[in-house]
Amino acid sequence: MLEVAGITQIFGGVTALQDVSFAIHKGDITGVIGPNGAGKTTLFNIITGIYTQTSGTVTLEGKNISAFPPERLARRGMVRTFQNIELFNQMTVLENVMVGMHTRSSCGLLSCALKMPWSIAEERRIRKGAVKWLDFAGITDLADVTAGNLPFGQGRLLEIARALAVEPRIMLMDEPAAGLNSQETQALGQLIRRIREMGITIVLVEHDMELVMDICDRIVVLNLGMKLAEGTPREIQENHEVIAAYLGEDD
Amino acid sequence: MLFDQILQYCLSGLSTGAIYGLIGVGFSIIFNATGIINFAQGEFVMLGGMLTLLFLETLALPLWAAIPCAIAASMVAGLLFERLAIRPLRQPTPINLVIITIGGSILIRGLAMLAWGKDTHALPPFSGNDPISILGATILPQHIWILVVTVFIVAVNRFYFYHTISGKAMRACAYNRRAAGLVGIDVRRMVLFSFVISSALGSIAGLIVAPLTMTSYDVGIMLGLKGFCAAIIGGMSSGIATVIGGLLLGILESLGAGLISSGYKDAIAFIILLLILVIRPQGLFGKAESERV
Amino acid sequence: MNRELLKFLAFSAMVLAAPLYFKGGYLMNVLVFVGIYTMLAIGLNLLLGYAGQISLGHAGFFGMGAYLSGVLTATYAWNPWLAMPLAAAVVGVVAFLIGLPILKLKGHYLAMATLGLGIIIYIVFNETIDLTGGPSGLSGIPYLELGGITFDSDVKSYYLVWSFALLVILFAVNLANSRVGRALRAVHDSEVAARVMGVNARLLKVQIFTLSAVICSLAGSLYAHTMTFIAPASFGFNFSVELLTMVVIGGLGSVYGSFLGAALLTLLPEFLRAAQDYDIIIYGALLMLMVMFMPGGLVRGIPDFFKMVIKGRRGAGNA
Repeated sequence: MLEVAGITQIFGGVTALQDVSFAIHKGDITGVIGPNGAGKTTLFNIITGIYTQTSGTVTLEGKNISAFPPERLARRGMVRTFQNIELFNQMTVLENVMVGMHTRSSCGLLSCALKMPWSIAEERRIRKGAVKWLDFAGITDLADVTAGNLPFGQGRLLEIARALAVEPRIMLMDEPAAGLNSQETQALGQLIRRIREMGITIVLVEHDMELVMDICDRIVVLNLGMKLAEGTPREIQENHEVIAAYLGEDD
Repeated sequence: MLFDQILQYCLSGLSTGAIYGLIGVGFSIIFNATGIINFAQGEFVMLGGMLTLLFLETLALPLWAAIPCAIAASMVAGLLFERLAIRPLRQPTPINLVIITIGGSILIRGLAMLAWGKDTHALPPFSGNDPISILGATILPQHIWILVVTVFIVAVNRFYFYHTISGKAMRACAYNRRAAGLVGIDVRRMVLFSFVISSALGSIAGLIVAPLTMTSYDVGIMLGLKGFCAAIIGGMSSGIATVIGGLLLGILESLGAGLISSGYKDAIAFIILLLILVIRPQGLFGKAESERV
Repeated sequence: MNRELLKFLAFSAMVLAAPLYFKGGYLMNVLVFVGIYTMLAIGLNLLLGYAGQISLGHAGFFGMGAYLSGVLTATYAWNPWLAMPLAAAVVGVVAFLIGLPILKLKGHYLAMATLGLGIIIYIVFNETIDLTGGPSGLSGIPYLELGGITFDSDVKSYYLVWSFALLVILFAVNLANSRVGRALRAVHDSEVAARVMGVNARLLKVQIFTLSAVICSLAGSLYAHTMTFIAPASFGFNFSVELLTMVVIGGLGSVYGSFLGAALLTLLPEFLRAAQDYDIIIYGALLMLMVMFMPGGLVRGIPDFFKMVIKGRRGAGNA
């Protein structure tokens, strides 16, 4: 589904990632873990077109997407969420999700402003679709709340609903459990499973090991910008190098 | 004949360019400490000239006393501006900062009009008006004053930023404001400092150029914008690069006005500004840097 | 959606009825200007309030519309109804071509670049004397005519200008509550998230920049044909600032707020005749005070203020 090959990223002399390669299989939930500063978020930013890597390639469903900007990736079915949730704060919850339908609608500036019949029909379709995703995330009753006023946990759900509205084939989540309490985290785990059941491939960066071990099919471990290990949760838990990296090596 | 003319244009361009450079350094100092482009920077240039005039004529001080008084008064104005307009801002988004500094700029301009009227005023030259001839071109003593003061200011600036605690703290703020705060630098005070220093620089530029170009309540807009242009050419450096940017701009402008058309003189600066912003936003001498996030 | 329509109908009724109240008095002339400035403020607001991109050069596009219409009709005797769309098209193309590189810039840099652009346009008006008449202006621009009616009196101009202004209002309201309007506001709130949702932020910004320039150009053409005389001084940097003040005072991202800002800034100097030259001080002070104390503009600030007062009273009553 998604292949990362030989990714290296150098920021002004500092090597953030070095020759990282792995493959994500269709329909899997894959976790990317590693200690702080391992380069997880940098990797996400490269895959999703926010940074351009120094070298290496990213391939999505056989197509080289290395230099694609985020908006083009959305059209190819890739979407992401952010560690510090990036909502459209001044818009309502419903409107946020409606923006998610952007690639699934097409009316241009003039037909919108002149309210052509087809734009009215499309608007109705967008609204209906957005409501459906709010239902899915269980936040329908918040539809008219301004997004900036949401508590963090609900903001996270909104961000996920908005990402789903893109109808992606692959979804990358950057620390979805960060800032959630244990109850919310559990519900999140359920939600992620339900998303996978729809046939969406999921990649997540996460620090909450319980969640990762519980829901992931495969795990990739990064340390100091390099891939340390890759395997099932079980294999990772038993991997000595991984344990050493997390606990710090004894001299 | 043509050579003489070109030399003449270059020489006069050099002194206006030095002024642009000084104003540009003022822009850069604030920008580096705060990330703000102070649209009111030009008004401090205007204040420099007008306040000198005030102390000189209305209060009948001698020139040597009027100048420091004018600079000090401008610094107070800069301090008040930061305290009353910038610091209280609850949502310091770039758009709000642009609007508030523009608001401040036209407020200051309006108050100057209220105080001194719409007439243009002349400041006497610092040391006579006898032309000096160089290689067939002539310049005035005031031109020399401008160049000397500029060199002096660049040197003082260099000393301040590299050899004093407060200057080093300011540079630390420029690199990383949060980190500077964490190591105990009072960032808000540095912001205030930056406004005070650049209003001082602005007023100096304004008062040394006033004997050549006359001054009035509305000279600040154009001078300010060209100062900004110098700073952009110099990559928002608060040192020599911006002054060179200013000199370059001054010479190009003067050559353009002399050889092409005087009416389009002001357009030259803005065309350069647009070209540099679009093609080399890091300035003419800077190396390409990744965008600061 | 229906509420928006009702609002619009109520506003239109008010606009159409206003001349009955003012009975063609002196204020009619002022209200013609309010109409033109409303169009301009909405044009700028689409860019600034919705997309979050500043421009300090919009007076330039206003002037280009006015001069293109003026020169084509006064000097080359074109039909004004032909000159107006042509002017708008030319301004649109120019804005698009300039917008492509310029809108890559952000925040302060964009402000400076658009400012520079506005000043260059202004200098061109002053210097192409053969074409524009230079600083002394261009006169002899014909009034608009339609079906035998010449729009030469204040009342007629009022209805002419306001029919255009109402169309622009409707256009902007529709746009704001549509797929494109949402995308614009999304770019404003978080450009990176908008792009992840598939919004081509760069293209969208250029589009809206172009649209707002075209609206300003239309307003410029109307200005030329109702005034019949234009001079560069109306299209300089100060006017760009005045436009900005209208938008900020009315409320960023509010279509009717733009009307409010335009009306206030046009009527205020009329009532403050004594303060003629000093309106600049008032603009400056207003800009600063609004950003500091009422960043949402009057349309949001006034209701908030009343809510606060009511709350305060209730609080006092309970205690």
